[in-house]
Amino acid sequence: MNFQTSAGTAPDEGRRLRREAVVIRFAGDSGDGIQAAGSQFGIEAALAGNDLSTYPDYPSEIRAPAGTTYGVSSFQIQIASQEIHTPGDKLDCLVAFNPAALKVHLGDLKPGGVLIVDAGAFKAAGLKKAGYEHDPLSEDHADELADYRLLNVDISTLTRETVSAIPDIDVSSKKDALKARNMWVLGLVLWLYGREKGATLEWINKKFGTKPIVRAVNSAAIEAGYAFGATALLPSGLEPVTIEPAKAAPGLYRTATGAETTAYGLAAGALKQGLLPVYCSYPITPATTMLHTLARLGEEAGIRTFQAEDEIAAICAAIGASYAGGLGMTGTSGPGMALKSEGFGLAVAAELPLVIVNVQRGGPSTGLPTKVEQSDLLQAVAGRHGDAPMPVIAMRSPSEGFDIAVEAARIAVKYMTPVIVLSDGYIANAAEPWKIPSLTDLPDRRLQRGDAHGIQPFARDPDTLARPWIVPGMAGGVHRLGGLERQDGSGEVSYDAKNHERMTELRMRKIDGIAEDIPLQEVELGAETGDIAVLGWGSTYGAITDAVEKLVAEGLSVSHIHLRYIHPFPRNLPELLKGFKKVIVPELNTGQLTMLLRAKTLLPVEAVTKVAGRPFQIGEVETAIRAALSEMSS
Amino acid sequence: MTAEVALKPKDYASAQDVRWCPGCGNYSVIKAVQKTLAEAGCNPENTVFVSGIGCSSRFPYYMETYGFHTIHGRAAAVATGVKISKPELDVWVVSGDGDSLAIGGNHLLHLLRRNVDVTYLLLNNEIYGLTKGQASPTSRRGTLSPTSPHGTLDQPVNPIEFAIGAHGRFIARCVDALQNLLSETFARAHAFHGTSFVEILQNCLVFNDGVFSDQEDKKKIDDTLLWLHHGEPMLYGADKSKGILFNPKTYALEPVTIGLDGVTLDDIVVHDETSHGLAMMLSALEAPLPVGVIYAAPEATFIGRQPIPQGTMAKSAARLAGAMHAGNTWRVE
Repeated sequence: MNFQTSAGTAPDEGRRLRREAVVIRFAGDSGDGIQAAGSQFGIEAALAGNDLSTYPDYPSEIRAPAGTTYGVSSFQIQIASQEIHTPGDKLDCLVAFNPAALKVHLGDLKPGGVLIVDAGAFKAAGLKKAGYEHDPLSEDHADELADYRLLNVDISTLTRETVSAIPDIDVSSKKDALKARNMWVLGLVLWLYGREKGATLEWINKKFGTKPIVRAVNSAAIEAGYAFGATALLPSGLEPVTIEPAKAAPGLYRTATGAETTAYGLAAGALKQGLLPVYCSYPITPATTMLHTLARLGEEAGIRTFQAEDEIAAICAAIGASYAGGLGMTGTSGPGMALKSEGFGLAVAAELPLVIVNVQRGGPSTGLPTKVEQSDLLQAVAGRHGDAPMPVIAMRSPSEGFDIAVEAARIAVKYMTPVIVLSDGYIANAAEPWKIPSLTDLPDRRLQRGDAHGIQPFARDPDTLARPWIVPGMAGGVHRLGGLERQDGSGEVSYDAKNHERMTELRMRKIDGIAEDIPLQEVELGAETGDIAVLGWGSTYGAITDAVEKLVAEGLSVSHIHLRYIHPFPRNLPELLKGFKKVIVPELNTGQLTMLLRAKTLLPVEAVTKVAGRPFQIGEVETAIRAALSEMSS
Repeated sequence: MTAEVALKPKDYASAQDVRWCPGCGNYSVIKAVQKTLAEAGCNPENTVFVSGIGCSSRFPYYMETYGFHTIHGRAAAVATGVKISKPELDVWVVSGDGDSLAIGGNHLLHLLRRNVDVTYLLLNNEIYGLTKGQASPTSRRGTLSPTSPHGTLDQPVNPIEFAIGAHGRFIARCVDALQNLLSETFARAHAFHGTSFVEILQNCLVFNDGVFSDQEDKKKIDDTLLWLHHGEPMLYGADKSKGILFNPKTYALEPVTIGLDGVTLDDIVVHDETSHGLAMMLSALEAPLPVGVIYAAPEATFIGRQPIPQGTMAKSAARLAGAMHAGNTWRVE
């Protein structure tokens, strides 16, 4: 298909169709710059006042062979004029950079959806690699894509022409010019959905400040893509769209991923208690971004980071850091949690504060390193040798990472215990608008430190059951600490049977007592009692919210309850659940919270499970709720 | 860092009953450590002993200083965290041959290459004591034990070679029975900035008695040990009639007798503790066995050098806030 350009036909703002929300997915090779294009689209949408939710999805191979279906990387984003909680189920627009991307993702595009393909990438070799026996873009097979509004453009050639037209610039190879394809496409998509391009041009200037050629190439490509949208005669039915700004609480916003908000929260949680944040970690997907973020903040921000030699050294260095009076913290994912678990036992026995973030991914073993799952819940609650209770709390969205990390640091220090924070690969990578919290508004919990005279290092606070945190360097506090069982009170090594029973019970009561110090469980959406409670935890929040919202609007008796505190549970949880005829628990595992709830509440809660390495879709949760409702009425 | 009142060695001993086997080499090591702390005027409140698991790792319980008895093999990693968190602390690690070179080998490797500012004592009795007598990574080939009833087949680790290979900057060897050697070496190790690694040959009289009898017997040590001193010729023997020659054909050090085969005092190698090449050759020498400071070459960089300056916290929060506000932001009114 050829496009003529005509400056006279660009529709002005007023003639754009208004939409409440659109779901767009960019898909191509791992090296195509898909993630960068998607992230920048998100920033432009955010600056235009839209609510948004992103879902970056990429293979665990860094640069899988080009053109293969297993090498496809994608970035999905929903932008909206109202509050949204997920990146969306089905796509309004799919951008396929090559045949493999089309093959993998076409099934998710709505009938009537916009399909943008780079015709220049649909050559025999690429088609064969993707497993196509014929070219789906050819006239002979027009029926295959007839359901979609196809925008079939030779983006490769247009990008090359754009680049070669830049005066005084010699781009040495075709390949280099083609690297700017993502920016050309971004320009076009920004224009189609009525978003600006200024922040992206600024970003290009900054990112490639020292590389004038790359800067010029990328800027020219985005301008050309944008101009193409404005001047090309688009196929009929493919109208440009605009999305009004969404309403949001007043405040200063930015977009942030869960990894970023969590990292900032860890630092703030320590600093606001007057403690040095010491983040010790070993690179593991998808947790590493937290180490990157904190390392970048670095020493000048009073943050110490340590890339340890392995997961065990990371937890042990964090324990050493807390022993010496900083706040030791570590982040990892499932396999790393397994390696660290002996260290958790030491921290429990020594009663030292620690924060451990588990960014869950598909398991067991190496499993699905870049995909989401919630299957480390039982490991977090119970996966240790000995009776070693630890508090477990979970964030539900990228923007909640900060508050949850601050809360973990509070509990760790107040109760002298390691705390596990559960995140997952989806939350860590996904971005959404984040109302930037004010550090000065955070409560100051500065500890009194310096002198331990008269303080028994193994005495217990009668309310919290925590021991005082006496650290080396404090006068009058010299004592010995270790993993051997110790006598209650004196701290001497003790193998006495009665004492061990007492210490085991004290350690358990201390953690159980945290239930008195956390908010009561509230109902997110729907009535306090009714037919069905949908109980979730972690990143299923968005899909459950949207599904329940829809059913409540239909007048059905459905409520959404979402847990932040998993161990201990909020103390009113059993009573709250008893107010519903049925409780269903959607989770991205084979029913781990369900098992825990049954054990702790003796209620017959039912699991709704998914282990596909992908988040729940709204529709899937909705279907599960409807099925539960119809079971009840039959 | 120093104590306000001069303390005696016994002031560094805790009230805990020491539970090592009577006659264990650990007793002489702890005595020498307490003497070193007293002579250096260390403040017990700024001194930390970190250990792993094993007989020697009970060490912190018997010291009137801060102490942390951690988990098997991980003392080096815990101590690294302590130094990152509070660099001004005086940190010692006490570990055994299994703890350091089997389960904890990885951490010791990285402690050394990072040059973390701690004093590391490896008490090497060439056997597992606390689990009752199994072969260790330093057990000599052919060692009979419950897990090797026909004798071990594995090549043992040479801790000194390992430490040099890991780019350790202070490497020394001692023998438990020689109190002077222990005290002199510990004082040097303690004063060193960076990781100071000291291997101590130590007798386990229950599971491996006599394994170092040639190095511990006062009647033999004149001929079996080579006590190194920087800048002095490598002489040994009761009348210092024997010495060490560099043989350029074998590229190795070898024992010689002065006066025999035309060897004179001028042929004897002079110890240069800053020479990496010499340290490597000394690590391979078994008879006589080099003791004292084998290698000491300070390096400017090591973990735990800079304490966190006072008043950093307020600046930190400002910098964190800055990072949180970086990039594109927008205000909703």
